[in-house]
Amino acid sequence: MRGKLLKFALPLVAFLALIAAGCGGGDNESTGGTSPSETTGGGGGGTLVFGSAADPVALDGILVSDGESSRVIEQIFETLVMLKPGTTDVEPGLAESWEASDDGTAWTFHLRQGVKFQDGTDFNADAVCFNFDRWYNFKGSFQNPSATYYWQTIFGGFATYDPKSGAPKDSLYKSCEATDENTAVITLTTPSSAFLAGLTLTPFSIASPKALQDFGADEGSVDADGIFHPTGTYSTEHPTGTGPFMFKSWTRGDKLVLDRFPGYWGATSDNPTGFNGTGAKIDQLIFRPIADNAARLQALQTGEINGYDLVEPQDIPTIQENSDLQILDRPAFNVGYVGFNISMPPLDDPKVRQAIAYGLDRQGVVDSFYGGRGEVAKEFMPPSLFGYADDVPEYTFDPEKSKQLLQEAGLTPPVKIDFWYPTDVSRPYMPDPKRNFEAFSASLEQAGFKVVPHTAPWSPDYLGKSDEGQLQVYLLGWTGDFGDPDDFIGVFFRSPQKQWGTTDSHEMDDVQKLLEQARAETDEAKRTEMYQEANRQIMTILPGVPYAHNKPAVAFQANVSGYVPSPVDLQSFATVSVG
Amino acid sequence: MLRFVVRRLLLLVPILLGVSLLVFVWIRALPGGPATALLGERATPEAVAALEHQYGLDKPIYVQYSKYVKQLATLQLGTSSTSRQEVTTEIRQRFPATVELTIAAGLFAVIFGIPLGFIAAKHYQGPVDHTSLVISLIGISTPIFFLALILKYVFSVRLGWLPSVGRMSVLIDIPHPTNFYLLDAILARNWDAFVDVSKHLILPAIALGSIPLAIIARITRASVLDVQNEDYVRTAQAKGLAPRSVDFHHVLRNAMLPISTIIGLQVGLLLSGAVLTETVFAFPGIGSWLVDAIKARNYPVIQGGVLFVAVIVVFVNLLVDLSYGVLNPRIRLSK
Repeated sequence: MRGKLLKFALPLVAFLALIAAGCGGGDNESTGGTSPSETTGGGGGGTLVFGSAADPVALDGILVSDGESSRVIEQIFETLVMLKPGTTDVEPGLAESWEASDDGTAWTFHLRQGVKFQDGTDFNADAVCFNFDRWYNFKGSFQNPSATYYWQTIFGGFATYDPKSGAPKDSLYKSCEATDENTAVITLTTPSSAFLAGLTLTPFSIASPKALQDFGADEGSVDADGIFHPTGTYSTEHPTGTGPFMFKSWTRGDKLVLDRFPGYWGATSDNPTGFNGTGAKIDQLIFRPIADNAARLQALQTGEINGYDLVEPQDIPTIQENSDLQILDRPAFNVGYVGFNISMPPLDDPKVRQAIAYGLDRQGVVDSFYGGRGEVAKEFMPPSLFGYADDVPEYTFDPEKSKQLLQEAGLTPPVKIDFWYPTDVSRPYMPDPKRNFEAFSASLEQAGFKVVPHTAPWSPDYLGKSDEGQLQVYLLGWTGDFGDPDDFIGVFFRSPQKQWGTTDSHEMDDVQKLLEQARAETDEAKRTEMYQEANRQIMTILPGVPYAHNKPAVAFQANVSGYVPSPVDLQSFATVSVG
Repeated sequence: MLRFVVRRLLLLVPILLGVSLLVFVWIRALPGGPATALLGERATPEAVAALEHQYGLDKPIYVQYSKYVKQLATLQLGTSSTSRQEVTTEIRQRFPATVELTIAAGLFAVIFGIPLGFIAAKHYQGPVDHTSLVISLIGISTPIFFLALILKYVFSVRLGWLPSVGRMSVLIDIPHPTNFYLLDAILARNWDAFVDVSKHLILPAIALGSIPLAIIARITRASVLDVQNEDYVRTAQAKGLAPRSVDFHHVLRNAMLPISTIIGLQVGLLLSGAVLTETVFAFPGIGSWLVDAIKARNYPVIQGGVLFVAVIVVFVNLLVDLSYGVLNPRIRLSK
């Protein structure tokens, strides 16, 4: 009997020992409450721990499209052209300069010299073409739209067309030629300027050809569920680029560790951090996945992480009130809009669309539901982007004018409209769709409308219905991927879409042509003018009413400096320092 | 004994078939699917259709299920649609975290629950009994996530005594041959790491163990009260045995039978509670893994993960049944 009691006693003793061990080390430096930055040894640059919302999917840029993967890839890799920090302006990256042929199809990139990959191999024109040819020649499950989303967005199809893959047939990409060690010429099938801004995206990161081959980047099998399963270790253990940080280790669910790359290009004895001072200031960068928003905030408060992204609007005051923490604004790069199907009566009459525009209290909605971080949108793209026009028609809330327009259109108020909003979703441009809807609905009723509310779960129901053109008036929005108007008004209006009713209505035909020309134009000044004109035309025809741009927030401890929030969430941690 | 075990193991087959069918049908009944989840709001109907075709999701559900069962028969659980890793690999990485957490929470519940219940029974209807009732009720009725937030706020944010997220400080590097971090720390003979991992276990274990603790305390109290009035207890007392000896050798020992049943049943509760606890504490175990999988409609992970948890629960209950024989010779199972 005594022996049996011992069976219970043993674990008890073990557990008490465990607690004792835990409490005994109360002053140990590695607990919560101690900033990671204070506890590092090494080269003096310190460590930054960033709380991510999830693990990356993989670290092979071309094969991922999620933000958490991009965030890490952006540190290890570089692209031919990059974004000027904090903006969407294209500036030199691995290419020092570039020019387009007169017809806009051949783009010559003059590459930076003396750049090395993290495995010691040379970066040169052959490496650039190796990467582009790798992407273009993807087959099988690599052509899956979830695998190569951004290739398909920017370049379309692949060398071989597989109708079952879901990838488009035609490709914008034709070839890449290394005319000499430091010159790569990329030839396109049709003229395009938007592709240059697209090249700033992490999927088009230039990777070491040797590492790609040595670690089997393209090897894998498709399992019984049809899911591609990589057997190589490139994207999980050996991602190799030219960036300021290099891969060290990754324990899924726990941490992903990057070390400062000492051989970063341009680093000299009198400029140890490299070209333009963009070499990493910190020694180590650790990404720690914390899925729960409240847990991320608490981990920032305890100092277990130094910063995190995607701060919830309701947490911002808590952070602002804490003098040990700071909030940084990400420039607005999104737009929330009330969309119309302009082929559905009575919305086929421009006067009715204008009446709705005058009947929407946009200022009221932005003031009430965006936590002071929103601004009223005047057009379908953010003001920071080139091609934004200051002189578009504006529709300030005016219920009387709405009623008058309805009468001019031969309608007697109240005019019935079917107004849709989504559930189960929060987006930066639309933190709480239901509240936006309720406010808009109230202001429209003042303006002579009878609003019939409709709703559906965001994905796939609501998005499916809008894609199918079933919604008359609806709340929707967009967050941009890269700094080109083609990624906003091009996405919406360059081709006919059921969502806007532009497949049946021809009111937008001229805008479509103008946007197509603007995409191909290689002269930057002319492009800007064309997009400004397109914005003026769009806001006159009024296929919808943009109403909000919102600034997402990034949180850091107060002793972190040098982080420049990017509108498109592509920012290097190289400039960041701690303490 | 052996026949009993074999029979119980054979029962696993229909149980697992049932669970797998239920999960299979249930996740497909949820709105959205892996294709829309992977492609997000940028999904075009064509891309979704192509992806569903590749995943075989456009086939009738019985075709999909029979394919899945055939795959299961070869012990394949498939590949995660988000991380593109084998589900079995991910279970190997994730499960040790949940085991550590569940054991810590279970120990917490047993070590504090049994004495609490015992003392309450000994002071039946007294202030100690009432206090223990109140503590138990609070334990049972406080939602895990709420308790977790409070614990973290007090012990991590305010006092700074304990870490609020994860299994280990990110600044400590040890090899992980077993993925049981406590064991890994011992193997690496890194005592700082051991202390650090232990600290990371304390708050999640308390949050997860609070409900089982309350239940165990209540059952212990009731069971001890029952046994106390048995004839053999009175006989033992009449024999002049020391009260301590009576309590330990006669009362508690006999009261252990229902308690051990309850402890066994708590394992299911602990594993389901781990889903919430792990999410709130960013503890990379099976629970947080399944939550992420449900959000991403990651069918292979949900199917494989739930099936795995079902196997574990069945095995633990089998062990509990076997332990009856040890605790009470009257129901040795070979008879």
